[in-house]
Amino acid sequence: MLENQANSNFSKSTGLPRKRFYRARAHSNPLSDSHFPVPLSPSHVDYSLHYPQLFPSSDQGDDSKKIQFADIGCGFGGLLISLSTLFPETLMIGMELRDKVTEYVKERILALRVANPGQYQNVSVVRTNSMKYIPNYFEKGQLSKMFFLFPDPHFKEKNHRRRVIGPHLLDEYAYALQVGGIIYTITDVEELGEWMKACLEGHPMFEALADEELEADPVVKLLSSATEEGQKVARNGGQTFQAVYRRTMLSL
Amino acid sequence: MEETQMEEGENNRDVEVAPALIAVHPIQKSVAVAIGSDLRVFDLQAGCAVSLVDDSGGPLHKDSIRAIRFGAEGKLFVSAGDDKLVKIWTTESWHCISTVCSEKRVTVFPKNPLDGAHEIQSFCLGHTEFVSCLTFVCTPDYPLGFLVSGSGDSTVRLWDITSGSLLHTCEVGAEAGLLESNGREGQCYPAITDLCATPDCTLIAVAIQRQCHCSLQGVMLISCDFPTRTLSVAKVTGVSNLCGDSPSLARVRVISGFKKSNLDSIEHEPIVLEDNAIPVGEKLLEKLQGSVFIEEKVLSAAAEAVKTAMCNLLIKKQYSTEKREFRKRTRNDRKIKH
Repeated sequence: MLENQANSNFSKSTGLPRKRFYRARAHSNPLSDSHFPVPLSPSHVDYSLHYPQLFPSSDQGDDSKKIQFADIGCGFGGLLISLSTLFPETLMIGMELRDKVTEYVKERILALRVANPGQYQNVSVVRTNSMKYIPNYFEKGQLSKMFFLFPDPHFKEKNHRRRVIGPHLLDEYAYALQVGGIIYTITDVEELGEWMKACLEGHPMFEALADEELEADPVVKLLSSATEEGQKVARNGGQTFQAVYRRTMLSL
Repeated sequence: MEETQMEEGENNRDVEVAPALIAVHPIQKSVAVAIGSDLRVFDLQAGCAVSLVDDSGGPLHKDSIRAIRFGAEGKLFVSAGDDKLVKIWTTESWHCISTVCSEKRVTVFPKNPLDGAHEIQSFCLGHTEFVSCLTFVCTPDYPLGFLVSGSGDSTVRLWDITSGSLLHTCEVGAEAGLLESNGREGQCYPAITDLCATPDCTLIAVAIQRQCHCSLQGVMLISCDFPTRTLSVAKVTGVSNLCGDSPSLARVRVISGFKKSNLDSIEHEPIVLEDNAIPVGEKLLEKLQGSVFIEEKVLSAAAEAVKTAMCNLLIKKQYSTEKREFRKRTRNDRKIKH
């Protein structure tokens, strides 16, 4: 009986988990105290749990591969799944604060690994609060891409400190990104789009990508097409506002 | 060399009083003490209290003072607190030369403000609980210096600031438990509440909150060995002799007599100066607390108030649902509109 119920969470035709069984609240307070385990430092992140085929044992050498892409607030994981096949050699992780949603992405990745042997081994998800614990997961200059797709807008001025892009958090993102690493942001809320652009523009360690670079980057196209949120906006004929910036050296 | 290590206090109307703060002028010209919203300065050279002049009229601070500090050269002094005002004083005439409105309540002044520095050099990751205090230590041999941190996990840690790597961990809680030798302490280790390094950075005084009773009881001295990058416990002062006789919490104590060479001998015993052994100490006490000698009763009441205040400061506040709703309605950390 129980087994039946567990199985019914998965679609019979595709074998993927069905979203309606992973309903979650739309938002989670990023400022509240966390009750989930957090690794003490990047060296404590157990890669064998996230990428079992690539890291068979938990004691890995120092020269082993490290996570290079981070999707902050990955939601239901649409972008990660698309990136996984586009960059099969790159390790990537999604970070999501809502536990049910994280659970869904976890199941989705496992199901995809079963359905497509050899694929999707480079992608994983973790439940964490990236406004607090980025330094616990990534070393200085470890990441080459960070994604912030359709973050919570937090309209009230009082709640601006909850926005995932802000002048102080950008310092942390600049720490985790290597020089030349790229930060991708997109939103359907004009006010937030302006805010994110202004924060990145005002930060001394980020510069905007030129139009031709945006054209040439295959990832930029995925921003609005790959995510569930992006598809919803497109369905409703909404507008999106993106800001793509490169981490630069601080010139003194 | 003289090193002032203080645990002091003053009883006030209610338990919401902020712990008292002390700042000593870099070349020992004066001492400033802040208790609650009250700020007093004592001129050590003239041996008299200083009257502070503030042109705004009214009280200097309307709410608890949370941070005070002298400038590195001793020309300026700042005070700030829950009233969201930062007051800058000149130490020449003790005039308030500037008042800055802050958006948030001020709880700490950084020693070297990093004017909006955006480049993070390193993260020092290792403490398993909140970090309560920090101090930089550097010597002529190690001009880059190290960072020492105290935490709720009952450890004091030594860090390399450029790489963020942990150099050494001193399990202060375990050491304190060991040295106490009455064996009934169990697993509950005390939080570190404050750190203070001597000017030559060979010794660090560590204030520890003892056990679950939330009483700030001990001062421990840790010696810093730079060549080997280790911290080791030199002396547990508070537990054994500061608190031996009476609730000495409510007093200003000056501990003196540390010399580097002394440390090598095991017989070394730091001296807690009696009130009358401190230069102008009696006069200072008289000004600060009304009279040199205080009745035992007053003293213990004051100690109790400090304990509660310290405890409130350290632990996470638990509110009932009603109280929480009330606080939401009357919150005062909203942005000040100009």
